[in-house]
Amino acid sequence: MNGGVQVRERRLSQGPDWTFELIDEYEREIRKTAAEFGLDTYPNQIEVITSEQMLDAYASVGLPIGYPHWSFGKEFIRNEQAYRTGAQGLAYEIVINSNPCIAYLMEENSMMMQALVVAHASYGHNSFFKGNYLFRQWTAADAILDYLVFARRYVMECEERYGIGAVEEILDSCHALMSYGVDRYRRPQPLSAREEEARMSERNDYIQRQFNDLWRTVPAPGSGKSGNARRSVFPAEPEENILYFIEKHSPKLAPWQREIVRIVRKVSQYFYPQGLTRVMNEGWATFWHYTLLNRMYDKGQLEDGFMIEFLQVHTNVVTQRGFDERGYGGINPYALGFAMMRDIRRICEAPTDEDRQWFPEIAGGDWLKVLDFAMRNFKDESFIAQYLSPKLIRDFRLFTVADHESKSYLEIDSIHNEEGYRRVRRLLAQHYNRDVSMPDVQVVRYERDTDRSLVLRHQIHRNRPLVSTDATAVLKHLVRLWGFTVRLEAIDAEGRLDHYRECTA
Amino acid sequence: MAGSAHLIDRRLNGGNKSATNRQRFIRRYKEQLRRAVGDMVDKRSITDIDGGGEVNLPGRDISEPSFRHGPGGNRETVHPGNREFSPGDTIRRPQSGGGGGGAGGEAGEGESTDAFVFTLSREEFLNIFFDDLELPHLVRNYLGTVQQKKMVRAGYVVEGSPTNLSVPRTMKSSLGRRVALSAPIRRELDAAAAALAEARARPADAAEIARLETQIADIEARLKRVPFLDDLDLRYRHRVFMPQPVARAVMFCLMDVSASMDERKKDVAKRFFTLLYLFLSRKYEKVEIVFVRHTDNAEEVDENAFFHDPKSGGTVVLSALELMHEIQVERFPAGQWNIYAAQASDGDAFGSDAGKSARFLGEKIVPACRYFAYVEIPDGQDARQSSLWVEYETLTAAAPNFAMRRVSGRDEIYPVFHELFKKETA
Repeated sequence: MNGGVQVRERRLSQGPDWTFELIDEYEREIRKTAAEFGLDTYPNQIEVITSEQMLDAYASVGLPIGYPHWSFGKEFIRNEQAYRTGAQGLAYEIVINSNPCIAYLMEENSMMMQALVVAHASYGHNSFFKGNYLFRQWTAADAILDYLVFARRYVMECEERYGIGAVEEILDSCHALMSYGVDRYRRPQPLSAREEEARMSERNDYIQRQFNDLWRTVPAPGSGKSGNARRSVFPAEPEENILYFIEKHSPKLAPWQREIVRIVRKVSQYFYPQGLTRVMNEGWATFWHYTLLNRMYDKGQLEDGFMIEFLQVHTNVVTQRGFDERGYGGINPYALGFAMMRDIRRICEAPTDEDRQWFPEIAGGDWLKVLDFAMRNFKDESFIAQYLSPKLIRDFRLFTVADHESKSYLEIDSIHNEEGYRRVRRLLAQHYNRDVSMPDVQVVRYERDTDRSLVLRHQIHRNRPLVSTDATAVLKHLVRLWGFTVRLEAIDAEGRLDHYRECTA
Repeated sequence: MAGSAHLIDRRLNGGNKSATNRQRFIRRYKEQLRRAVGDMVDKRSITDIDGGGEVNLPGRDISEPSFRHGPGGNRETVHPGNREFSPGDTIRRPQSGGGGGGAGGEAGEGESTDAFVFTLSREEFLNIFFDDLELPHLVRNYLGTVQQKKMVRAGYVVEGSPTNLSVPRTMKSSLGRRVALSAPIRRELDAAAAALAEARARPADAAEIARLETQIADIEARLKRVPFLDDLDLRYRHRVFMPQPVARAVMFCLMDVSASMDERKKDVAKRFFTLLYLFLSRKYEKVEIVFVRHTDNAEEVDENAFFHDPKSGGTVVLSALELMHEIQVERFPAGQWNIYAAQASDGDAFGSDAGKSARFLGEKIVPACRYFAYVEIPDGQDARQSSLWVEYETLTAAAPNFAMRRVSGRDEIYPVFHELFKKETA
């Protein structure tokens, strides 16, 4: 913080081996250092696990508890295989957005790695979970673990009652639509496992009480007249949360099946902010493990050897390979996020003329405040659109490639030059825009009065088609959930029907 | 800022939380796995058939579908590491994929279409191989065993050789005896001592005191005479001979490899041999396998040659039986080995060969064997009975350890095997 003050503090451990006392000591020191920077976090819970358990945690996408499903088994086997053959190391940490914030340390790691993970996960990610508006708004850190326990128990009860196969079918179908099970504009009800159970049994009771077969035979009053009104389009507005629509309106699902749809939907909702903030989240956490450990080194708490080992790991994490290098897998969110966080600090502390021109409102400001504001109020898309500086575009040597179907070749659209900066920045931000990367598919009609078919609309974006085999397979899953014909209409930019595919029950 | 962090050691919680999910995965892809396991069985040697192993599943079989963008349409992608490009430069469109060579997110989001490799454990492998039937329970009770004698402990005895002396046991009984014998003497001693003390306190006359003192000395002398160790105390470890099953077996695989035995028949035979081997290796610590193949003459070969070497010629079954008998007598005496044999053939036998073979089998081989199974693999379901079959059939009544079955396809092997071994229990 204040570079002039040289506080010499007691050195922390030597040597690679960790002990619980040592982790505790490190954690305390890291906490003190984090407090210097004013990081606000949930309480921390740090759990030491084996690599085996880490593989388990991997398979369930980082959730400590999950319902049983073969796809998690597949993930587990895939990771295990890759790990055993040495093709892939394990991630050093998994952190769970819950209150208290749970971070896993692997027992095989050296003390340096444990300290890095504590700084990265328990202070970096943790403060991001607590501060970022998406997480504040969309996930209930307090209730997620309870809810997962409920979900697991419920799914397993269903398996006992209705058979593993039947439950698996529903889950498969829900998973195919998982990304279309997210509310983006309504804030979801806070989760509570107990309320969830109470609500469920109440609803079942109600149905039981209200059931009276007589009503079915009574002619509806004025059926001839109101028929017109009812024939209006339903739903009135297109519904983008397909799973929600199914849960509420599917004509054929049994109550337990609806409940499973709901569970998948809730889990999907929980992961929604994570998908939107990968660059920021990892960048923030990486920035803080780097900053915190360097600060501790400056205070004399850490050894040179520790720092060299740390920097080596850190460098591996933030490596960005060029597009033509071996192992290039797109833009590394750690690299981009870390570079951007550092760059914001640089713009505040040592702005150049260019920075003053591009970022007049933050150049020369208090970097802690600026970073904190950025962390709280952005997602990847807007963060990049707001903060990606020309310097970083130059450093990464970013360029954009246009792939237009009317041309038989690819064209370099813009590069890191004066004319290109804004366009590169806009296109990179677009890349993290969920609306662009995910096909726009919404429920538009439910033919309640005729054949009960469900009509979905795929709004074609810039002529980009769906992967055909996948789309057909997803339609089959939809039919399973819906019980009647499902139709997917592809609408072009002018609003005309381009083509459709249909799957009958 | 919250208080101190909570540090928890979860290592003992046990991993394998994913075991259920792994089972689910295997359950779902049983068909594909069964095919893959089938292929593995063909490639493997009989003796390491049950080792588990890597299975390949095609990626497309296990991908999970979702709505996603495919190649085509218009888009721009962003990449790092530009060196020589300027705006307006053109690049040839890559043949496959949507251009841009794996643009950012797409590269990570798409399901990999590579083959999905994973390792089956031994149990899982066997379960799939045997179609979930419980193999081990079948075997235990009814495969006979050769007896061999072995010394086992059988408590303690009072007589024996000094080397078998059990010191703790001996000392135990010595202690007991000493306590028992000296207790009444000690009681007398206590009484006398009390009397002496009382006499001295009174005070009594010298004569009485002297008498009492002599009495005490007398009692103490008696106490000393209780021996520390007596012959009665000696205990010896006892050992007896117990019959012990021999934990080794030899399995003879006999197969007709003449031209009429095609690959399909050999495959069926291999599966049968494999099953028998698995059975035996569960029962015995050590199982040796001898491969004997024959056309018009027999030879002992290694496994690879047995199953894969093409050979052509006539068929003389007797030659194989004679060779087996020779090997058995020479290397695997019946008293020391459990002898099992399985013969696979399509039943071809010419002239007097069938009759001679059956006789030789009945007289020389079957008596020495724990079990002899003959498996006939006919050309089709309804091929007529072969000459060998007819001759062998005469043996079944006399020899309970001889069994024969017809198997025409892979799928029949397990049921037939099951039946063969069930018969012995009955």
